[in-house]
Amino acid sequence: MDILHVKRVYKNYASHTALHNVSLRVPQKSIYGLLGPNGAGKTSLIRIINQITAPDKGEVLFEKEPLSPKHIEFIGYLPEERGLYKKMEVGEQALYLAQLKGMNKNEAKQKLKEWFKKFEIENWWDKKVEELSKGMAQKVQFITTVLHEPKLLILDEPFSGFDPINTNLIKAEILALKEKGSTIIFSTHNMASVEEICDHIALINKSKKILEGKVKDIRESYRSNSYEIVFEGNMIAFTNALWTGFELLDTKSEKGRNYVRVKGTDDSKNVNSLISAIINDVRIISIHEITPSMNDIFIQKVGETQAEPENEGGSDE
Amino acid sequence: MSKISLIIQREYLTRVKKKSFLVMTILGPILMAALMIVPVWLGMKDQDFQNIEVVDETGQFINQFENTSTLRYEYPFVSIDSAKETFYESKYTSILHITSAGKESVAVMYYKKQPGLNTVSKIENTLENSIRNLELKNQFNVTREQLDKINPKVTVKTVFRNADGSEENKSSTISTVLGFGSAIVIYMFIFLYGVQVMRGVIEEKTSRIVEIIISSVKPFQLMMGKIVGIALVGLTQFVLWIVLTGIIISVAQLALSQTIEITDKAMIGEVMNTQGAASIDTLETGTQIQEIINEIPIFKILFSFLFYFMGGYLLYGALFAAIGSAVDSEADTQQFMMPITIPLIFSFIVAQTVVQNPDGSLAFWLSLFPLTSPIIMMVRIPFGVEIWELILSMLLLILGFVGTTWVAGKIYRTGILMYGKKVNYKELWKWIFYKG
Repeated sequence: MDILHVKRVYKNYASHTALHNVSLRVPQKSIYGLLGPNGAGKTSLIRIINQITAPDKGEVLFEKEPLSPKHIEFIGYLPEERGLYKKMEVGEQALYLAQLKGMNKNEAKQKLKEWFKKFEIENWWDKKVEELSKGMAQKVQFITTVLHEPKLLILDEPFSGFDPINTNLIKAEILALKEKGSTIIFSTHNMASVEEICDHIALINKSKKILEGKVKDIRESYRSNSYEIVFEGNMIAFTNALWTGFELLDTKSEKGRNYVRVKGTDDSKNVNSLISAIINDVRIISIHEITPSMNDIFIQKVGETQAEPENEGGSDE
Repeated sequence: MSKISLIIQREYLTRVKKKSFLVMTILGPILMAALMIVPVWLGMKDQDFQNIEVVDETGQFINQFENTSTLRYEYPFVSIDSAKETFYESKYTSILHITSAGKESVAVMYYKKQPGLNTVSKIENTLENSIRNLELKNQFNVTREQLDKINPKVTVKTVFRNADGSEENKSSTISTVLGFGSAIVIYMFIFLYGVQVMRGVIEEKTSRIVEIIISSVKPFQLMMGKIVGIALVGLTQFVLWIVLTGIIISVAQLALSQTIEITDKAMIGEVMNTQGAASIDTLETGTQIQEIINEIPIFKILFSFLFYFMGGYLLYGALFAAIGSAVDSEADTQQFMMPITIPLIFSFIVAQTVVQNPDGSLAFWLSLFPLTSPIIMMVRIPFGVEIWELILSMLLLILGFVGTTWVAGKIYRTGILMYGKKVNYKELWKWIFYKG
C-alpha cells in the first residue's frame, strides 16, 4: 500500500513554475529518496506534503485520504534549513514542538527523556539553544522531528552538519524507525547515501519528475553492458580479439598493465563471451561489469533534461 | 490544549521570564514615581532648618517674619558688622541684612548653610508683603485686613448644555489630562509592543524555526498567537506598572508626610504647582474637582480605553507582523515602517490640536478612521462624544482590524518562507493575492 500518493500536482509562483504535473507513489515502510538539483522543486513538493502550501492543481492522498490538518500529527518534518529558538531552553523547546504536533505534555516529556538518554545528551535539557554547537542543535532537532513517531518522516538533507560518527548514529536511527514501521522521504544530493539506504527514488528536475522507481530496478535498467578489463599482454592482440562484438570505450596503460573499458554491441555479448574472446590472447587480471552509480544516473538524467529547451516560465532561482 | 493557546503561552512566558522584562517592570514604576516624588522631595529639602539673624536697618520688619518649624527668625539688634564678626561663633545659620524698605529693595543674606530656593522666595514674599502693607497704610490709610475683606475670588465654571436641555459639568483641564494621557499610553503601547511583534517574527524567520512550526500549525495561528501573546505581556507589564507605581507613591507619601508637619502640606502643594505637576489645583478647588470627576463618565472612558488600547494594538500588531515577515533582518524594515509609523505619529501630533477643538471636523473624521481612531477618539471621549459616533468608530476599528489582519496574514504566509529576496511594495501586493 502507498502511504502517500501525489497526483498530478502543479504549483506556480509568480515568476516560475515550481511543480509541473508531478505524480509520486511512496510505498509504506520504505525509504524514499527524493532527488534533484537545487531549485528543481523538491522543497515546494515537501511543503505541499506538509500542508505549508497548497497545490494549484492536483491532490495529495495520505493513506488514501486527501491531505487534511488531522494528518499533521502523522508527519514529521526536518527542513534543510534548520533552526530552533535560540533563547529558549532545549528541553522546554522540544516539549513545545512536541505539543504543537499534538502530543500531550507528560507523554512528550517521558519520550524526550528516553531520547536524550539514548543520545547521551541528558545534561543539555536546561541549556539554551544558543549555547549548543551546530551539530548538537541538529541532534536536538532530529529528536523533535521523530519524537511523535510519525508514520511519515520527511528528512531534507538530514546528514548535513553532522560529523561521520553522528551521521552513522542518525543513519542507524533512521533505519530503526523504518523497522518500527515509519515511512521515510529522504531528500538529498548525496547519492552515496541514496544507494546505501533508499529503496525507492524519484528524480525531479526543472519542476518535472523525470525518474521514479526502485533503486535496484533503476540501476538494473541503466546497465549498459560495459566492462572494465585489466590485463597484461599485447594491446593489438587484445583489440584484434575483440572484433567479435565489443566496442572499445577507452584504454589506458600503466606499468605494463592495460586498463580497458568495452561495451557489448548487443545483449548476447555478456561477460562470458568477452572472456572467451580474449582469454587466449592476453593474461586477464580482472574483469568487472561497469554498473552505473546513482550519481551517474543522476548526472545523466539531469543532463538530458538540461539539454532540452526551457520549459514554460523559465526559472529565476 | 489547542495549538494557538500553546503559541500564546510560549510567546507570553518566554517574554515574561526575560530579565529585561523584570528590569523594565521594576524600573518603570520607579521612574514614574520618581517623576512625581522627586520634585516634592526636592521642595522638602529646602525645608532644612535655618536659624536666621535679622539685621533690619529700616526697623520696619521687626517681628514681621513668621516662624515655622524649619525657619526661625531672631532680631538681636546688633550692627551688621558685629553680626558678621561673630557669625561663626553664633548659633545662627544665616544673617538677613535689610537696608531699605522701598519699591525696589535689596536685602542680603549671608549664610554658612545654603538656604533653599524656597526659603529665599519665602523671605522675599514676606518682605514684599510687609512693604505693601506699609505703603497701603502710609499712602492710602488702608490696613491689610481691610483690603482682604474686599479681595474678590471669582471662578468661571464651564457647563455643557446638551441639545436635550440637560447640563453637564465638564472640566477642560481634567478632560485634557485624561484624554491626552490615555492617548499617550495607547501610542506608546502600540509602538513598543508592535515592534516586539515585528522582532519576534524576524527572529523566527532568521532562526529558520518558522518552517518547522508552520508544518504543525497554520501561519495565521502562529501570527495571531504571537500578537495576542505579546499583548498579554504588555497588559501584564502595564498592570504591574500601575500597581507598583501606586505602591511606591503611597509608601513615599507616607514616609514624606511623617517627616513634615501638616501645616507644611500646603507648602508641598505650592512646590508641586511651581513644578507644574498639579496645575489643576490653581484652576479649580477641591470640591469642584470632585464634582467634575463625578460627572465624567469613568466607566465609559475605562471601557473605551481598553477597547481602543486592544483594538489599536491588534490592528497595528498585524501590520508589524506583516513587515517582519517580509524582511530578512531588522535593518530592512525601514522602508515598510514608514506607512505604519506615519499615521501613528500623525495622530499623536494632531491629538494636540484635537484637545483644543475636540468637536471639530478634523477630530471627527480622524476619530472614525481606524488607523488614527485609537488615539484621536481617546482624546475626544473625556470631552463627551455622541454615542453613535463612538459605536461607528468602534465598528470601523473592528472592521479595520479584520481587514488588516487578513491582508497581513496573506503577506505573512508568503513572507516567512521567502529568503534572500529584496521585497518591494509591488511584491507585497502580489503576495496578498497568492493562493493558499
